[in-house]
Amino acid sequence: MSAVPSIVDSPVARRLYRRRAIVNRVALVLSCTAALFGLFFLTWILWTTISKGMGGISLALFTQTTPPPMEEGGLANAFFGSAVMCLLAILIGTPLGIAAGTWLAEYAGARKIGTVIRFVNDILLSAPSIVLGLFVYTIVVAQMGGSFSALAGSIALAFIVLPVVVRTTDEMLRLVPSQMREAALSLGIPQWKVIVQVLYRGASAGIVTGILLALARISGETAPLLFTAFGNQYWSMDLTRPMASVPVVMNQFAGSPYESWQTLAWAGALVLTVFVLLLSLLARAILLRNKISHD
Amino acid sequence: MTSQLALSTPVVGSASRPADAAAAPKMSARNLNFYYDGFHALKDVSLDIAEKRVTALIGPSGCGKSTLLRIFNRIYAIYPKLEARGEVMLDGENILDAKYPLNRLRSKVGMVFQKPVPFPMSIYENIAYAIRHYEKLSKAEMDVRVEQALQQGALWNEVKDKLKQSALGLSGGQQQRLCIARAVALKPDVLLLDEPTSALDPIATGKIEQLVAELKDHYTIAIVTHNMQQAARCSDYTAFMYLGELVEFGETEKLFTKPVKQQTEDYITGRFG
Repeated sequence: MSAVPSIVDSPVARRLYRRRAIVNRVALVLSCTAALFGLFFLTWILWTTISKGMGGISLALFTQTTPPPMEEGGLANAFFGSAVMCLLAILIGTPLGIAAGTWLAEYAGARKIGTVIRFVNDILLSAPSIVLGLFVYTIVVAQMGGSFSALAGSIALAFIVLPVVVRTTDEMLRLVPSQMREAALSLGIPQWKVIVQVLYRGASAGIVTGILLALARISGETAPLLFTAFGNQYWSMDLTRPMASVPVVMNQFAGSPYESWQTLAWAGALVLTVFVLLLSLLARAILLRNKISHD
Repeated sequence: MTSQLALSTPVVGSASRPADAAAAPKMSARNLNFYYDGFHALKDVSLDIAEKRVTALIGPSGCGKSTLLRIFNRIYAIYPKLEARGEVMLDGENILDAKYPLNRLRSKVGMVFQKPVPFPMSIYENIAYAIRHYEKLSKAEMDVRVEQALQQGALWNEVKDKLKQSALGLSGGQQQRLCIARAVALKPDVLLLDEPTSALDPIATGKIEQLVAELKDHYTIAIVTHNMQQAARCSDYTAFMYLGELVEFGETEKLFTKPVKQQTEDYITGRFG
């Protein structure tokens, strides 16, 4: 057999190869530049938060309440308020979201109403949070004689949690292979049991991650709380009364002319950032562990 | 023609047992038609699945063999726009009757799928989960039942020391035997196997085939397979399907050595499909 000249050696192929090599190089340089550009600002933001926030980190930050102007104090009431309202929002939003997401993934089938609900949910997902705040102001605060309350704040935050959980539950359940449903249903086990006992297990890591990311998102939300929970300079555990929260206090303090307030705002920003970072890490760890055990 | 054929057909293994008078039909399909959103996928299929025998369904891709199997436990009903018409009798009742309780049907007619599907829980729980749905057992009784099922699935010796471990850590062949064990744990009358070895290597396949030979003493088995040698090796009866029709149905030995229809002969000698 005589050797056939390789197609790679033809002049046309060489020219095409050189062209591809140049295009490749250009694309690589552009994408690296874009990545560095993004990372630069991210690092800058983080660095500013850390350098300005570290000064305010002390025990008093967690034990004392927000001070009047020009006095020393902490953010204890704001941390407590944020924790309570975020937790309550998760408690309201998660069961509703999981139920709705389950219906979409498991019961809606090819029905048109499923597509419509998914679409509406996506709108809610990207709705400006201030709109949700105003909505809750109208349906809760105004109805209660205009009194701001932690409960109203929680409801506003729950409206942010809801679409995130609906979406992740829906998507994670739809990622569970249909063979899993067939296998479980073919044992004669009713559908609701199959969903709760088999499919949720398959989708749990994704759903939990979705909830954690929703928590990360609402912990930094300011707008929905402005007209609902409002804010409270004092320590309050009453859900029917206004309650302080970290983002709202930051909003008020960062823009103030008082140095002690500005320091507290930066310290709050740092704590919030670290909290969100830890949540993201936790979410990743859960997803990763699940991936390993499935492979 | 026939002598040529005899040379090229797979050898019919010892697993086959000649049909005898005792092989009464356990399930019988009569004038069965099936539609996928209007597409006519099964055309007037009538056949009997003999009790405590292995019936193989063979034919090229898209011939309707899996569709037929999936009617026997009505698992197709979980998807919209699918419709079966006709009759499938099981113990004197028509399972296609809308009043026939689905979950009762599926507890009597178990199924194992092409891809092994262990549930995301421990090996023990994979078996116990299904049993628990039907019976209230003490821990000790459940232990016994789980062991029995795993024995029947020829998996016990390999997993007895790691029952609490995730079933997802088992090999593909082990997962498939776990699925068979899970199905037989409910003591079904009929076991449907939908290409149970097509995702497995030859050694795992051998184990499953051996298992099928053992299981047919207790269960009525219907198996869909792409692999003609497999049908010849482990079935008593074979149905050859083509384009949604049942072309030929009879004892495996006869079908593979003296097929009546030209289409059957062409298929088993590898001329198409």
